[in-house]
Amino acid sequence: MNKNKQNKESFKMEVRLAGSGGQGLITAGMILAKAAVLTGKLNAVQTQSYGPEARGGASRSDVIISDYEQIYYPKARKLDILLAFNEESYYKYTPLLKGAGILIVDEKYVPEVKEKNAIRFPFITTAKTEIGTPIVANIIAVGFIGGLTGILGKKVLREAVTTSFKEAFRKKNLKALEIGYRVGGKHTERMKFL
Amino acid sequence: MPNKERPALVQGNIACGYGALAAGCSFFGGYPITPSTEIAEFMARELPKRGGKFIQMEDEMGSLAAVIGASIAGAKAMTATSGPGFSLMQEHIGFAYITETPIVVVNVMRGGPSTGLPTMTSQSDTLQAGFGTHGDYYAVAFAPSSVQEVFEYTVKAFNAAEFLQTPVVLLMDETLAHMREKFIYPPTDSIEVINRKKPETPFAWFKRFEMTPDCISDFPAFGDGYRYHITGLVHDPMGFPTAVSSEIVKSAEKLRDKILIHKDRFTYYEKFMTDDAIWLIIAFGTAARSAKQAVIEARHHRMKVGLLQLYTIWPFPDELIAELSRNVEGIVVAEMNMGQLIREVKKACPRKLPILGANRYDGVLITPDEIIHSLKAVHGSKEK
Amino acid sequence: MGPKSPIYDYLRYKKKFPTVWCPGCGIGTIMGAIIRAVMSLGYDKNDVVMVSGIGCSSRMPAYVDFNTLHTTHGRAIAFATGIKLAKPHLKLIVVTGDGDGLAIGGNHFIHAARRNIDITHILINNSIYGMTGGQYSPTTPRRAFAYTAPYGNIEPDFDVVELGIAAGASFVARTAVYHIIQMGKIIEKALKHKGYSLVDVISQCPVLYGRLNKMRSPVEMLLWQKEHTVDIKVAAKKSPEELEGKYIVGIFKDDPDMPEYVSEYQKLIDSLKE
Repeated sequence: MNKNKQNKESFKMEVRLAGSGGQGLITAGMILAKAAVLTGKLNAVQTQSYGPEARGGASRSDVIISDYEQIYYPKARKLDILLAFNEESYYKYTPLLKGAGILIVDEKYVPEVKEKNAIRFPFITTAKTEIGTPIVANIIAVGFIGGLTGILGKKVLREAVTTSFKEAFRKKNLKALEIGYRVGGKHTERMKFL
Repeated sequence: MPNKERPALVQGNIACGYGALAAGCSFFGGYPITPSTEIAEFMARELPKRGGKFIQMEDEMGSLAAVIGASIAGAKAMTATSGPGFSLMQEHIGFAYITETPIVVVNVMRGGPSTGLPTMTSQSDTLQAGFGTHGDYYAVAFAPSSVQEVFEYTVKAFNAAEFLQTPVVLLMDETLAHMREKFIYPPTDSIEVINRKKPETPFAWFKRFEMTPDCISDFPAFGDGYRYHITGLVHDPMGFPTAVSSEIVKSAEKLRDKILIHKDRFTYYEKFMTDDAIWLIIAFGTAARSAKQAVIEARHHRMKVGLLQLYTIWPFPDELIAELSRNVEGIVVAEMNMGQLIREVKKACPRKLPILGANRYDGVLITPDEIIHSLKAVHGSKEK
Repeated sequence: MGPKSPIYDYLRYKKKFPTVWCPGCGIGTIMGAIIRAVMSLGYDKNDVVMVSGIGCSSRMPAYVDFNTLHTTHGRAIAFATGIKLAKPHLKLIVVTGDGDGLAIGGNHFIHAARRNIDITHILINNSIYGMTGGQYSPTTPRRAFAYTAPYGNIEPDFDVVELGIAAGASFVARTAVYHIIQMGKIIEKALKHKGYSLVDVISQCPVLYGRLNKMRSPVEMLLWQKEHTVDIKVAAKKSPEELEGKYIVGIFKDDPDMPEYVSEYQKLIDSLKE
């Protein structure tokens, strides 16, 4: 997080969620940003980049959360948090992490990680075994980042998830959020760096 | 629709839909094209709920034809498209100019020419928005840079179109269109809505294209009891084709003068830290956000930099550029193309000073660092 | 017909006459038939909109005292679609030529027919581009001559009636300038019909088509129409050999029960109110 020089209370957090198209990372970014805006106190902007094909290509979603009145440049530059759901994203974006930035990888899909302090968690496998579908791995990640950072309360995260899915999918996604939030909460000591 | 009591996370394309509805848009004709499609999908959902009409036409020429037809029948009407569709629409944008029909055309810019970069950002239709169709005319185009501004400038685009009776282009880009950002729905009574001028004279005295001091004529809708003729041919004040030299000249000058007479009213811009600036950045759209960040960072390095953010691209604010250029030693024009706006800036600057571009045209949003790099170059060129 | 004829109430004759059309052209006759049909149906002129594209036929709106719109080449139907949707009580008459309506405007034509939107489309079919000086069109018969088919046309022509039916128009008819009484009746029926009504009117261009195809006078061309058209009821009793080279005239399709687009849209609006 950036301490703003003009105002010591201010902060800015830059998050990048990266993987393959179809992994739901744009949705994940959207929900993180939505939760931030729903606090009523924070500003957020979410951007994305993707190829012409919806599935299989590289996909990336950036979220900037801040209490600045305006966020100018809307893309992440120096990452506070990088979530990588495939190897390509890990190699490509890890150099953009700040010194104290946190790297989170799916331990099955990014098996070899050089950074000793990287947080490794089987998001996709957990989604399959705990909830019965890999589709909700993205929401486990949302919960994880929520629990890790502690900036977004569980209440707004639940609201952001509830309002982003149709009735039929809400239950599974809320469960995914709970799991992620709990596991992410175990790593809050990492936030001391920031 | 957003909760009006609370900030919401809204996508740029959706904010455009909100703005259109707030302005009173009741007709959308369109054809699917990335990255503008969310606007059409939103209007398809929302318009029929309000008694409005949405139609997906067979192509972009048909879309704009239906939009113009609806406007002639009295509706506030719009379309949304992107590069290839915008090119196809050019003939009918011209038809709207010559027939003085208010319409709003949203062009979400992506890389080109041709199919180009369908999912990547660009500002390379900047000149096309001003000079895309054949013939002599003066264009109006606005360019917002945030989700909140997309709402605001969609309303302004309808207002300008209705007031000036002309097509207005809203230039967005892929980054802005797909960006989700905090949005606060403004209080309804704070939204100014302008409607086209309607006739008070009886039918017997009515002339659709009458020459008036401010070049704005009365525009009753088809079916209002004023039977008149509209043609894409150069026409006399009654609307009938003419080949009389004096009438041709008057008709052409009306299209120009109605824009120039009201230019100040529809020239929107923001000066950002320009008061003491020695170096000036000029930018619009999402590139202006990168430029603002560049200003902040350059000032950390004690460079006295300011930004002129243009929201009105056409008619180009020459006088404003001339005025601001007086107090600076160099200008950087930051844009996501190979240098389109910079030509206008150079034309508008009365004195000789270094004007450099900060350009990016690989489908990626220009960065603050790239703009600072150009600032340093313009600084260096002055030192020599 | 003297100046006191009621038809003059529907013409901008003081402002716009004489017309641009050449002597012997069929378009004026068709304009008269359209006006008489509107008169006989008692429509308020304020409720009638005539839309055209580009070409000789497309100059018609300037001469009639309705709400009139002269648009771009081939796009009249798309403009009319917007007008009709925005103000459904208006009566939309679109006049196109054959090049205008079937070549550059062919896509709008088939899609408007598919939607079955309530528009009357009078397709003035003289088998030539007249305004630009005599080039072949999608309805120029094989082996006929035009300035861009100087050795005879090698392209097959469209059958407008079959095209309209296949595209989904709910009223499809063909008539000819020679059959002026029939033309009037058919146009009246087309106007009354709710849905896309297409009337293919065989017309004559003596100055270009006639001159290039050995029919130098308007009379010769009208006689050609007489000889080459067969009423649909008569045609039913004839063999394909007997109908070779003939154009069948009459009403081919008249289905009032097909869902009409603007009404369907209104149903959608009403359903969302509940």
